[in-house]
Amino acid sequence: MLNNITLGQYYPVDSVIHRLDPRMKICLTVLMIVCVFISQNLVGFLLILLFVIGASHLSKVPFRVMMKGLKPLRFILILTFLLNLFFTQGTELFHVWFISVSREGLRQSIHYSLRLIFLVISTSLMTLTTSPIALSDGLEMLLSPLKIFHFPAHELAMMMSIALRFIPTLLEETDKIMKAQKARGADFESGNLLARAKAMIPLLVPLFVSAFRRAGDLAMAMESRCYHGGENRTRLRVLRITRQDLVALAAMCGLFALILIANVFVPKGLIL
Amino acid sequence: MSIELREVTHIYSQGSAFERKALDHVNLKIEDGEFIALCGHTGCGKSTLVQHLNGLLQPTEGQVLINGEDINGENVNRKKLRQSVGLVFQYPEYQLFEETVAKDIAFGPKNMGLSEKEIDLRVRRAMDHVHLDYAKYAESSPFDLSGGQMRRVAIAGVLAMEPSVLVLDEPTAGLDPRGRDRILGIVSDLHKEGATIVMVSHSMDDVASLATRMVVMMNGTIAKTGTCREVFRDRQLMDEAGLGIPSAARLCQQLRSRGIDLPDDLYTQDELHEHLIRLWKEAKGC
Amino acid sequence: MKSMTNETCIQVEQVEYSYEESSDKVLKGVSLDVRKGEFIAILGHNGSGKSTLAKLLNALYVPTSGKVVVCGMNTSEDDLTWTIRQKAGMIFQNPDNQIVATVVREDVAFGLENMGVPHDEMVRRIDDALAAVHMTERADSAPHMLSGGQKQRVAIAGVLAMEPEIIIADESTAMLDPNGRREVLDVMHRLNREKNITVVWITHYMEEAATADRIIVINNGDIAMNGTPQDVFSHVSEMHQMHLDVPPMASLANDLRNDGMPLSSGILTVDDMTEEVCRLLCPSN
Repeated sequence: MLNNITLGQYYPVDSVIHRLDPRMKICLTVLMIVCVFISQNLVGFLLILLFVIGASHLSKVPFRVMMKGLKPLRFILILTFLLNLFFTQGTELFHVWFISVSREGLRQSIHYSLRLIFLVISTSLMTLTTSPIALSDGLEMLLSPLKIFHFPAHELAMMMSIALRFIPTLLEETDKIMKAQKARGADFESGNLLARAKAMIPLLVPLFVSAFRRAGDLAMAMESRCYHGGENRTRLRVLRITRQDLVALAAMCGLFALILIANVFVPKGLIL
Repeated sequence: MSIELREVTHIYSQGSAFERKALDHVNLKIEDGEFIALCGHTGCGKSTLVQHLNGLLQPTEGQVLINGEDINGENVNRKKLRQSVGLVFQYPEYQLFEETVAKDIAFGPKNMGLSEKEIDLRVRRAMDHVHLDYAKYAESSPFDLSGGQMRRVAIAGVLAMEPSVLVLDEPTAGLDPRGRDRILGIVSDLHKEGATIVMVSHSMDDVASLATRMVVMMNGTIAKTGTCREVFRDRQLMDEAGLGIPSAARLCQQLRSRGIDLPDDLYTQDELHEHLIRLWKEAKGC
Repeated sequence: MKSMTNETCIQVEQVEYSYEESSDKVLKGVSLDVRKGEFIAILGHNGSGKSTLAKLLNALYVPTSGKVVVCGMNTSEDDLTWTIRQKAGMIFQNPDNQIVATVVREDVAFGLENMGVPHDEMVRRIDDALAAVHMTERADSAPHMLSGGQKQRVAIAGVLAMEPEIIIADESTAMLDPNGRREVLDVMHRLNREKNITVVWITHYMEEAATADRIIVINNGDIAMNGTPQDVFSHVSEMHQMHLDVPPMASLANDLRNDGMPLSSGILTVDDMTEEVCRLLCPSN
């Protein structure tokens, strides 16, 4: 049955990375993505690799858990690598039958694949070390200046936190409904795609009805506790930027600068 | 039709960090025509046990036999088995989904592959059993009905499969006294018509008036089984099991401790009434 | 001993309510008063109007006719709504559908965040509220790991932190097992005794109503009875006519009296009955 640990990707352990302010982590992830895309040679990627290794070591998340995020990607990775390898024009290195591999092709396939890998690992690092609620808080605060343009930052954050709260509850209910319908002879496993889709109706209709009912009840309960939107609310969970956050920011900026330098000074063509 | 649980053990999430033994070598035989009340504190394994009766869950160890046949064996038609043991979960009204009451009740029979004509017959019979007027409600949306009515529709949905054994998990949960009486009346009538009933209940007063046998569970095992009279006498066990005893039984014990001459195993209001009037008349006579 | 003043904190005057313009009246002219510090139970079968009455007490609904005054404030006045809801907190029937946050402590904070209570004050009130319902050790649990009774206690803490004068419990034990029901009822009685919080306890469980100071029976939108538990439950046949029960001992006492045994009235519990029967049958008293 459901337990405290496995909701989403969050891996709850106490580490320096876990304790960073979620707003900072979101910004750092965005910066990292920028770094990954602007890096133009293997030196830059090596720097990124070192940074990622350092960060994941600090996060105390086990290596295999981090690599789990890459597993669904293996086909895309192979596809990206091969497509770029075989179909990029340029100075030919060698050929196999009628397929030629150019130097540019080799370069591009390596670069694109590495970019994909680093993209996934860096976003994984963020979601592994930041609880969904902290992420929601961070997003809400980062987006709140947009309230001037009537952007519903508070409402979105509230929606997300309520959704997170009810996921385990709804999952339990799904289980109950499935069992009850199975007891009446429903079959969720066999049949073709169409049959199985139809079989979902006795599962989805009660679930939706129940979700709407819960929403109505919850709204009443929230109003009873004086909920009236995002104006003039105080917060229990307070986010504070600490020295560690600034150090992390400095490190990321350092990485960014080094990549730019590498882009300028490492001659193109060297080490691909 | 008899159901037997032989040395049934059930372990959830076996091998993981969250391993939990919900049933521990449970032995139970349910004979034709019985009305068994299954009682125990929350978490004692009642729900797990009940889901073994129709094959929704398989035992980690041990066997579940219906009429002597292992239902989890090789050549068993599990679907057919589920038809002969009907299971009504708690708050069954949360599982209604069809456009009309008749269609929802027909879901079970439809899955059994019966003919249109037979399905219609069964729906009518089922609605009759739960005292829902076919003419009035068959074409209504189940979501337009009251909570108590929706529950009866859900129960009818299981009855329409015409099981030999009906298992109900707290069928009166959340209902007011009138709703409770109605549901218990329906269950009692079914029993009188020959159905074998297994009812999970927290209300000792409900159990006292209906059950032919009580099974008390505690921490995944059966702590005691016997007639209501036998079980309610064992006050210590009932306390340990986190259950009460009917108020009449408690009164009987308290009066006995004050020296009043009553048999030690009274548990219904009627019996107590009889004895107290008798004692009063004797006392007046003196 | 409880201190109860004569000060009324809830006045319901000739209140009528219908859900929509032309539909039937759910409440047909109900009047009642609740004194500060009282523990009153509102009994009625499903559909009698009791839940509707509950929601009129904290301005979730506003009467179509008549008025409801809570702590001196008229619920029909819009700008008083939030103050009324702070003073009259409410817990609901479904333990799950009133918990908003992913962690117990944060759910208790919800009301305080809405009220704009400053952070340090919030923390203090949350700790006090959790302690009052004995849920301090579970402050960091997720709601789906709790039992029904625990969830309801969290809901009570969430309301308690707002420092209400009245707590309305709308069938809050209907979906709980007997242990959970006992837990929640005990907490409410304790809050009533120790913090002088007025409790309006809506239920269809006779044993719970029997523990109240006063019972109000609602039937088909009207108040049918208004008196002490001893008084109300002595009207056995009227209660049965209204599709309600009486506590088993009250019913037994009634039957015995009808057969000639002169038991005094007002018997509700097994202990009451034991005393009375012994009085009549133990000559050596």
